[in-house]
Amino acid sequence: MSIIIDNDTKLVVSGLTGREGSFHGLRNRDYGTQLVAGVTPGKGGQDVEGTPIYNSIEESVREAGANTSMIFVPAKFAADSINEAIESGVETVIAITEGIPVMDMLPTYWKAREKGVRLIGPNCPGVLSPGKANVGIIPAQFFDQGRIGVVSKSGTLTYQIGNELKQAGEGNSTIVGIGGDPIIGSDFIDILTLFDSDPETDLIVMVGEIGGDAEERAAEFIAAEISKPVVAYIAGFTAPPGKQMGHAGAIISGSSGTAKAKQEALEAKGVRVGESPTEAARIAVETLRSL
Amino acid sequence: MAKSTFGYAFRSRPTPNSSKVMDLLEYQGKELFARHGLPVPKGVHASTADAAVDASELLGYPVAVKAQVLIGGRGKAGGIKIAKDSTEAHEYAGDIIGMDIVGPHGEGPFKVHELWVEAGSEIESEFYASVILDRSAKQLMVMLSRMGGMDVEAIAASDPDALVKQHVDPLAGLDEDEAREIVTRAKIPGEVSGQVASVLIQLVEVAQAEDATLIEVNPLIVNADGEVILLDAKVTIDGNSLFRHPELEELPESADQDPQEAMAKERGLTYVSLDGNIGILGNGAGLCMSTLDVVAQAGGRPANFLDAGGGSKAEAIIDALEVITSNPEVTAILFNIFGGITRCDEVARGIIEATNKIGLELPLVVRLDGTNSEEGLALLADAGLSNLHHEATMLGAAKKVVELAGN
Repeated sequence: MSIIIDNDTKLVVSGLTGREGSFHGLRNRDYGTQLVAGVTPGKGGQDVEGTPIYNSIEESVREAGANTSMIFVPAKFAADSINEAIESGVETVIAITEGIPVMDMLPTYWKAREKGVRLIGPNCPGVLSPGKANVGIIPAQFFDQGRIGVVSKSGTLTYQIGNELKQAGEGNSTIVGIGGDPIIGSDFIDILTLFDSDPETDLIVMVGEIGGDAEERAAEFIAAEISKPVVAYIAGFTAPPGKQMGHAGAIISGSSGTAKAKQEALEAKGVRVGESPTEAARIAVETLRSL
Repeated sequence: MAKSTFGYAFRSRPTPNSSKVMDLLEYQGKELFARHGLPVPKGVHASTADAAVDASELLGYPVAVKAQVLIGGRGKAGGIKIAKDSTEAHEYAGDIIGMDIVGPHGEGPFKVHELWVEAGSEIESEFYASVILDRSAKQLMVMLSRMGGMDVEAIAASDPDALVKQHVDPLAGLDEDEAREIVTRAKIPGEVSGQVASVLIQLVEVAQAEDATLIEVNPLIVNADGEVILLDAKVTIDGNSLFRHPELEELPESADQDPQEAMAKERGLTYVSLDGNIGILGNGAGLCMSTLDVVAQAGGRPANFLDAGGGSKAEAIIDALEVITSNPEVTAILFNIFGGITRCDEVARGIIEATNKIGLELPLVVRLDGTNSEEGLALLADAGLSNLHHEATMLGAAKKVVELAGN
């Protein structure tokens, strides 16, 4: 059993009849993910290359036994689709859509928490458990099956690190792209918790970037709650922070949100931080082999 | 309200995680407040000294002549003046237009192109009020202090208890009892407590209705007649929400915009100018930021952040190279691509086409990994571009481009 998705995942894709949704949904199916349904209101009864389309997610849960929903609908309507998924009876919702307004995500985030539904994303590349299931747009060929869990705000940076691990002869239990939006369903802390109790994971790589204070909070949490070794990489030491108009943001988070502040917070709690993706991968491999 | 009064010159600000935000100028923020029935002083927009005098005559003296720039600390920098008559209004407006204003933390300089001329207010007391998205708590947060007029950081530092913070229920909003409690905790004088509580409730409604992730009012004043008035406005709008705010989307960009940033925006690329000489293109915000970092670690100075995005096609690569090379400071270029959805052969095709199209002679270091990288590298090798250097790893590529860029 891997975290979030595995052989038992039964996937329903909202937006499977769209161009992006069908391309990636079918790629996920080709990988071996059980794609049981697509959802497009008004297109119930049709199929996409043999996968049945239903009018609602709830119907796909009832009729096809879907337990995981992937959201691939345009940003304007995406929050409604996520809300629909939360109410439908699925356990997990993975939202790939980019550009959803924050004010739409605020109530949606709380609805998911209230219902006990795990929400990943939005604006994320999805989740891959190598050898088992792939839900989203992560190119599976750059990852091997193995003992390292990866949780990341960034897509391509994750591919970079995963590939470095693969070249070093190591693989991954699960790769989780949590997304970089201001409001995301699952944070570093949520995924670190899952990896910590996952028997298939021995070490966790956490990939962060500038903005917000999720990495700083994760640092505290790792020191207090996580028993497995964590290696981190933070991107954005030279990125322009963006001119801030008000300073109210720093007041509430107590952090400047810079890469340096994040690195210092993590190192203060004993988390090793690689200077580059290459170095982070090297530290991870070294640490794993010394366990 | 007529759209024209909303004027021009907001500035959209790309953020590294590719979500965009839009900062409004003070008067644009006040127009937003006014539309929602919040009390703001009467004012008129002006971009010349003569227009400022006309505005002042209309409003009646005294007037506040205020520089419209997207940075705090305007008053201290001389960007806000009170004029008692037309001579002063003309003089101050003339002084302020064209002024360069540097922010309290060294931001800018921001050149003043426009003014907001506002009816003068007699200030009895100054408070601070804000509504901000608290990303960690996943809720809006209201902040209120009776110590207004100074930087919120200074309030928090000098007397943390004077800054009252309260989260807002994301499903219900701020109700009257909660607003009154915030006002009481902030020790706002009883005679204006009702007005301040209403302002807080309305500010939360504005944030929700207008997709504002930050609204800061500093100062929120009480005037000589005991009326509570919003004397300043800093508003940041979530760029993802613009599809439902066409009136904001139509605002043209600030005249001050960086030429490369403007060009990139037209072409739908995420670009941020930096002050170095190494042009950088990556795919995906995270990998792109990481590329800037490794170049800096190798001793180089990046000229830009350019995220070509997922699934970049040859045309996007050509656009990106044109934007990068339009910056005269650039002496070498680094392409760092890890193809997932992006196909490396498409990227290679774009590089070859662009090199031929724009006659690119600058050294170009390319690292192509991921989907179809072998096909991409073969295409590059066949093209035989003399300025092109291929490196197998990200760190190797960073080192190479630094070597080729010189200082």
